[in-house]
Amino acid sequence: MSKEPVAVVGIGQTKHVAARRDVSIAGLVREAAQRALDDAELTWADIDAVVIGKAPDFFEGVMMPELYLADALGAVGKPMLRVHTAGSVGGSTALVAANLVAARVHGTVLTLAFEKQSESNAMWGLSLPIPFQQPLLAGAGGFFAPHVRAYMRRTGAPDTVGSLVAYKDRRNALKNPYAHLHEHDITLEKVQASPMLWDPIRYSETCPSSDGACAMVLTDRAGAARAPRPAAWMHGGAMRSEPTLFAGKDCVSPQAGKDCAADVYRQAGIADPRRDIDAVEMYVPFSWYEPMWLENLGFADEGEGWKLTESGVTELDGDLPVNMSGGVLSTNPIGASGMIRFAEAALQVRGQAGEHQVEGARRVLGHAYGGGSQFFSMWLVGSEPPAS
Amino acid sequence: MHGAAAMREIAVVAFAQTDHRRTTDELSEVEMLMPVLHGVLEQTGLKTADIDFTCSGSSDYLAGRAFSFTLALDGVGAWPPISESHVEMDGAWALYEAWTKLLTGDADTALVYSYGKSSPGSVRDVLTRQLDPYYVAPLWPDSVALAALQAQALIDAGDTDEPALAAVAARSRTDASANSHAQVRGSVPQGEYVVRPLRTGDCPPIGDGAAAVILAAGDRARELCERPAWIRGIDHRIEAHGLGVRELTDSPSARLAAEKAGAFERPVDTAELHAPFTAQEVVLRKALRLGDDVRVNPSGGALAANPVMAAGLIRIGEAAARIHRGESDRALAHATSGPCLQQNLVAVLEGDPR
Repeated sequence: MSKEPVAVVGIGQTKHVAARRDVSIAGLVREAAQRALDDAELTWADIDAVVIGKAPDFFEGVMMPELYLADALGAVGKPMLRVHTAGSVGGSTALVAANLVAARVHGTVLTLAFEKQSESNAMWGLSLPIPFQQPLLAGAGGFFAPHVRAYMRRTGAPDTVGSLVAYKDRRNALKNPYAHLHEHDITLEKVQASPMLWDPIRYSETCPSSDGACAMVLTDRAGAARAPRPAAWMHGGAMRSEPTLFAGKDCVSPQAGKDCAADVYRQAGIADPRRDIDAVEMYVPFSWYEPMWLENLGFADEGEGWKLTESGVTELDGDLPVNMSGGVLSTNPIGASGMIRFAEAALQVRGQAGEHQVEGARRVLGHAYGGGSQFFSMWLVGSEPPAS
Repeated sequence: MHGAAAMREIAVVAFAQTDHRRTTDELSEVEMLMPVLHGVLEQTGLKTADIDFTCSGSSDYLAGRAFSFTLALDGVGAWPPISESHVEMDGAWALYEAWTKLLTGDADTALVYSYGKSSPGSVRDVLTRQLDPYYVAPLWPDSVALAALQAQALIDAGDTDEPALAAVAARSRTDASANSHAQVRGSVPQGEYVVRPLRTGDCPPIGDGAAAVILAAGDRARELCERPAWIRGIDHRIEAHGLGVRELTDSPSARLAAEKAGAFERPVDTAELHAPFTAQEVVLRKALRLGDDVRVNPSGGALAANPVMAAGLIRIGEAAARIHRGESDRALAHATSGPCLQQNLVAVLEGDPR
């Protein structure tokens, strides 16, 4: 039984900022959804179902907020699903929505992810003590810094690689009007002189806390044929999970990430990702995750990822641009961060990425991860419909 | 439904649930869940590695910590890595996601599970956090108070009265006598008013529990189960959140979901309704056009055991299990979420002719 091809015909996001005090949670999500509908030149009535995702409910202090958001998202009388798979949720949400189209359950689906971090405090949300359970260390950086150290020791990468990633992503963000951080006076020296937070991760090498939402309209062939602007076509999508901690886990390059990428490449007919994929928008909340994921996703051999970064391959005008939008390092509404990666990949193959457009991008990978490097979701989108 | 003609045959082939209890202080969520996971695997002879897709439903607010579902995943045995997803909803919606995954042809088998422990906190207070955070939640209207508004609206409309509600309560607990998993069974006094017009007997027990289901497609389902419970249709719909804009004596979302699931094409012999409060059964019977000849909640329903986040999946499991046992040929299963039946899911299950 063949699947219905899935097309992205509308993309919308809010201008991501530290605190959107001018809107409610409902106002925030509606703004992104309305922009996605406008892009697709559709109305609320054209939407068959809504699939929404966000990270833990404690981040806003609202339990199952989709119930309250049904009205704002025009979901009344329609199916509404709420996905939660930790940091990968924005990507997973898009994939769940895509499945509704691929399975021919619905023709046109609105998918949206958000976080309004200013409503609450994510640090506290992650720090509720439960007896007999291992707590995460203070902040996600405390959890991930040792894995970065392990990567550096394993590969012998020079200390400066992380700062190169941050410097690149923050400059890319200057070209993206929706990015949270617009540091016009950024220099490499400033990144390298910023305070050390979790050795080896400096302040300028970490993601900000953002309020923001991202929405996409996914549709079938008939919907794509009616679309006013070029569609991005889904060529492959997958999710993989593994346990948080176990003997033999590779925290630097988790097996679940490798398996997820392999599944996507198989579906999309990608033999050599470095050659066949034009750009990558990946989930890099701490600078060093760029070289780490380059290896995990098969763009570089083990131990070689940092060389791509160091030699400028991942720059916006490089041979394999990475995080053209400015990435998670410049914008992090946690639950939406995965979907922003997926949306950026789609913007690129639609030729709609504006100043951060990669010339001639035909196949782009969107990537998200979450939990203790254990939940992965990815999709590969192309400018042409899938062959089969 | 969009392409119903070409829809793949998918069935519930196994179901297991815990013995639901008021408290399970001695068990973590994972420990509570493990026996039901083993239960469905044993019923089908499958191993974790044979499962193509896993999907779960649970709530961080009940667990009292963020990312609570990651601990359950450790219990599932996600190594080598698995294809897996999670909804912050009742397990019935996790089953819906798994059903769409099987429809695409990317998977032939799926494990669905959900769990909830209401005992560590005050679930009446916890559920107020589901309400509009700016205008309603600050007033802390609890779940029983909101259900009482709905019950009073029904009584005012002449749709029911207190003796009729008491009869729903009595029938449910009597039927639960035959259900060893139920928390409240047999003859239970209707008790005092909790929030008028609802008495203790009109309200669900508070408790902890878990459930698991295995779905399989086509011939795989026939291999794994003697009489698979085929999902002929499944759909869910949501209503407005504001109670002031809803007609609480009716459930247009349940009716629409039932229509889309094909429930009205032919009569069902059995219905498992997720109606935590007696009055909600009255609303659902009307919306779903269930006549007196339909066996409603032979398990005792949510009035006999209501582990939040699992109670909806249990309705689907109970309906399927009756088909497995040959006690039903066509059953309707219903799940709900949100205040006063805001969101509703309906599945229509059938067994092959005997």
